Amino acid sequence: MTAISDPHAISTLAAEANDNRVNLDFETEGMTLNMGPQHPATHGTLRIIAKLDGEQVISAEPMCGYMHRGYEKLTEVRTYPQVNALINRIDWLGSFANEVPFILAAEKLMGVEAPPRAQWIRTILFEMSRVANISLFLGDFGLQLGGMTAGFYAFRDREWVLNQIESATGGRFHPNFDRIGGVKDDLPKGWITESHIAMDRLLAFCDEMEDLLVGNEIFQARTRGIGVIPAEIALSYGLSGANLRASGVDWDLRRDNCPPGLVYDQADWKVWTHPDGDCFARTWVRLQETREAAKIVKQLLDTIPAGPVMAKVPRIIKVPEGEAYVATENPLGEMGYYIVSKGDLVPFRVKIRSASFNNISILPWVARGAYVPDLISILGSLYFILGDIDR
Amino acid sequence: MSQLSSADTQTPEESAAATDEVREAVLATFTSRLGEGVVGSHIRPGDDLWIRVDRAQWHEVAVVGKAMGYRFFDFLSVIDWLPSPFGRDMDAQQDLEVSGVIAKEPAPIVQGYAGGDTRFQVFARLYSIADGMGITFKADVPDEDLSIDTWSTVFAGANWHEREALEMFGVSFNGHPNPINMYLPADFQGHPLRKDFPLLARRVRPWPGIVDVEPMPGVGNEEEGEGE
Repeated sequence: MTAISDPHAISTLAAEANDNRVNLDFETEGMTLNMGPQHPATHGTLRIIAKLDGEQVISAEPMCGYMHRGYEKLTEVRTYPQVNALINRIDWLGSFANEVPFILAAEKLMGVEAPPRAQWIRTILFEMSRVANISLFLGDFGLQLGGMTAGFYAFRDREWVLNQIESATGGRFHPNFDRIGGVKDDLPKGWITESHIAMDRLLAFCDEMEDLLVGNEIFQARTRGIGVIPAEIALSYGLSGANLRASGVDWDLRRDNCPPGLVYDQADWKVWTHPDGDCFARTWVRLQETREAAKIVKQLLDTIPAGPVMAKVPRIIKVPEGEAYVATENPLGEMGYYIVSKGDLVPFRVKIRSASFNNISILPWVARGAYVPDLISILGSLYFILGDIDR
Repeated sequence: MSQLSSADTQTPEESAAATDEVREAVLATFTSRLGEGVVGSHIRPGDDLWIRVDRAQWHEVAVVGKAMGYRFFDFLSVIDWLPSPFGRDMDAQQDLEVSGVIAKEPAPIVQGYAGGDTRFQVFARLYSIADGMGITFKADVPDEDLSIDTWSTVFAGANWHEREALEMFGVSFNGHPNPINMYLPADFQGHPLRKDFPLLARRVRPWPGIVDVEPMPGVGNEEEGEGE
């Protein structure tokens, strides 16, 4: 990563870049454009107030809170297993991935370790959530930029993953399958063979998307060079996941800081980065990530060990006093839970660090000087889930 | 369980484990750069590092942290250490019977890792991609002056986190460019994540609790359960 390290120089450069993009010589009457809370380009109820100068955006300020459910307050009156059911609803497209860091943090405080087979099942379902989540992103981003077909293909092929998640956990969207000390159940008969078929199907879907969407000339014209985020800016905003890797930062929590309880080191896979930092780079990195996730699942399905899926834990979970922060690389980026326990049935305080909250906070910076149609590209490529912003 | 450790004390099982030289070194470097500002710290070997700093040095913490390579802004929030004045009556009564907890026990304020003196603590986390580890910073905020310097001038991402902390806890951030509510309506009264803010839903309709878990036959307490 080549980046300027002097903070002052960076802010000066960033300010200059912004000023160059906004036309200051030719004053026109400003206009305020309200997008949302119901808008096709927002996955949920995000409202953006954009101030325009002609076709250019002077400022775009997201207004959050239309879906604020107060999860941090609600966790304080729920036992740990009950919290697990609740936090499924944060990022509803990759629900299983939401459970894992919370369970891992609780396990860390309790000193419990899941048996190997449970760790394998966790990692497999985690990556399946990623495939389901990001395959929908590819289709939906196409939809937002006017490519209807991609959306239909994505919804069609995502079913393959959701069916597998459903047959293992019983829930298509909200599995609630992870437990402190393991997972709820063993895998059903025939599941491993079926999952291989589903992952092959998804790998073919990635090839289709590469031809249909990412290789499309109109798509590239709408995304290349649009919404460029330099690495240093991305870091200071706390961008994570594919958004950060698309800015050239080679960092993936699965590889670099994998919490115990997940077995990514048992598979051979690669972290993809892209130097450009534009909308196209973010899409491209996500496409490669979907492929890698499918490959991880296939490898782990072949090496899954036999044994129990649940460690010995008390029937009533009491987590010892202490504090722990565990973050994992969720489909949207870094998601972590800072748990403060007082040795009770319920957590004393849970700070939910969700990826989209940080990812979308860069919007005012990156949208400044962009054209209105490009705002759709930027919003779509930053990829947020409203439940993940508002919590 | 033992008391949560205050500055530099460790629980017995932790001191038995290997000391964490990497985190010790980071703590030493940070302390030498910040000077007198560090008032407490806690290391969980091989896992995590907590540093408590003086409130007046809060802005300097961000600058020093960034200069040390901790350039990834993770999150910033506040902890309210006041035990809920509603006791346990906001919990499901059924759960209380199971766990044998007496409702409404008066409890003193006990701060967590790295200690503390005040009810409210601002805490934030930075991450270094080069070191592959994060640091959680804490700072005490006294009740009579709930304010602290902003980090948004150093880490732009802190802007939204501080807005959230402002509306949820009422801690204000000096120099924040846009101190308005993040989620709640502008005329909302109160700070919902404070412990003394009641969760009204529980008042209106009590929570049913763990209806499917019952005490093990012949076993008096909850420690002796059996895994599935």
